[in-house]
Amino acid sequence: MQHSKSIESLRETARRVRRSILEMTTRAESGHPGGSLSATDLLVALYETELNYKAKKPNWKDRDRFVLSKGHAAPALYAILAEKEFFPKSWLKTLRKIDSKLQGHPSRLDTPGVEVSTGSLGQGLAMANGMALAGKLDKADWRVYSILGDGECEEGEVWEAAMLAAHYKLDNLVAIVDQNGLQIDGPVAKVMHVNPLAKKFKAFGWHVIKINGHDFKSILAALEEARKTKGKPTAIIAHTVKGKGVSFMENKVEFHGKCASKEQCAIAFKELVK
Amino acid sequence: MKAMREAYGEALVELGESNKRVVALDADLSSSTKTNLFAKRFPSRFFNAGIAEQDMLGTAAGLAAAGKIPFASTFAIFATGRAWEQLRNAICYAKLNVKVVATHAGLSVGKDGATHQALEDLAVTRVIPNLRVLAPCDATETSAMVYAMADYEGPVYARLPRIASPVLLDECKFEFGKWRLMRNGSDLTIVACGLMVNEALKAADGLARKAGASVRVLNASSIKPLDSRALKKAAAETGAFVTAEEHSVLGGLGSAVSEFVSSESPCVVKRVGVNDSFGESGEPAELFRKYGLNAQAITRAGLKALKQRD
Repeated sequence: MQHSKSIESLRETARRVRRSILEMTTRAESGHPGGSLSATDLLVALYETELNYKAKKPNWKDRDRFVLSKGHAAPALYAILAEKEFFPKSWLKTLRKIDSKLQGHPSRLDTPGVEVSTGSLGQGLAMANGMALAGKLDKADWRVYSILGDGECEEGEVWEAAMLAAHYKLDNLVAIVDQNGLQIDGPVAKVMHVNPLAKKFKAFGWHVIKINGHDFKSILAALEEARKTKGKPTAIIAHTVKGKGVSFMENKVEFHGKCASKEQCAIAFKELVK
Repeated sequence: MKAMREAYGEALVELGESNKRVVALDADLSSSTKTNLFAKRFPSRFFNAGIAEQDMLGTAAGLAAAGKIPFASTFAIFATGRAWEQLRNAICYAKLNVKVVATHAGLSVGKDGATHQALEDLAVTRVIPNLRVLAPCDATETSAMVYAMADYEGPVYARLPRIASPVLLDECKFEFGKWRLMRNGSDLTIVACGLMVNEALKAADGLARKAGASVRVLNASSIKPLDSRALKKAAAETGAFVTAEEHSVLGGLGSAVSEFVSSESPCVVKRVGVNDSFGESGEPAELFRKYGLNAQAITRAGLKALKQRD
């Protein structure tokens, strides 16, 4: 099923997802638009071309597993899950509100299509490893994918998990780092010297691919290369832009955890039409 | 005499034979926690995370999410201290089917000293929603508990001491929320867990001798959920409690009993445990004496409870 979607249709889906992100976070007056927008193209590529799943049967045993380790990008995940009909789009209006099935950070018990509960940074890769180990044990064909933030890579557990994945030769696992270069307190490079991420993953025994995380051709090629890589896990270091697609949000650290006003949201919608 | 961790390791192998979903994890302490027995029998179903407890629990969460029944072991201080947030967020919030069986809980760690003696693990696990918390009294109960844990779908924490201890039970069918009546009595109830159950039985003898008291002893191996029926009944029939645990007096079994009794059937509760301090190096028996965790200390608390009630 890979590459059956044209690049233009992926771009169109990504625009819809970005509009959803804006709409739901503005309505919630809360959430993390910046890091959701930077991860959008990666998520769209995964859900449109790479992952095997049955939206109406989210626990189908042969599905590929996805873990959003940077759980604060939940609006992007919810938008693509709604797009793929894991649940009705009307749920998106309830984000972060009382009694909602869409919690501020992904919750396994609440949302169809969410495999594990994440959002406390640094924990997702270890959980993805556990799934990948189970898959290996069962000699299953399904694969495991996880998206991490670059700021998140400051967490020690990420590197514990990076060690484990390589030690157990988890070639059924792909970790994608959404390297948007910004975290709450400012530029990642200024807050904590987490780079060079590619060299670090390589030193930990991973196959590493560096790409532009907004270029669908590169994303699809990297995912294909990961599938062909045997004996080690693959890390895709995706260079991205925080707030991507909305001019006044791009590379603006304040939009990590701040939402657009209604007026700003309207402007953003115009930018995201084509 | 048998160490509960030995019983754990053996039971896990047995369970592994009949239940292929069972896998085991450790963080470089498998020869101490006895998951090495499982590792030897089922090498492909054993995962050593190295000295990385947070990663171990995260990995266990993932294995559970993919349908396995992971038993993850390390020392209690690391399982519940170092990796508390993974236990809370990755495992319990998602209600994943992970069994954390921690050994070397309490002062019985001995010579390694305070850094390795978990005296707070019951306190920090008991407060996590969805988590069941256990502390067996001997090797027999530990084996039964391993099967009960596997049969229950959801996260469980069990703590085991380091040292060998008397085998108190010939047979045992473990049930969550059900406390075994070790001895019946009508004047006072001692609620104990782990190694303190045997001390409680000795204290019951001492109290009979010294005060002519008829003492009930309950084995509170299921700390969460509590046995509310046994507690209510004991409150009504004996009107006074002593709790005993190889743990801080803050937040553990004594607190759990006090919380329940104060709202449901108020009566005197005296708590025996480590009195808000760290441990230190020494022989377990010396530590138990110094920190007031033995039959003598329970007897003293019993006498006070009887006096205060009457």
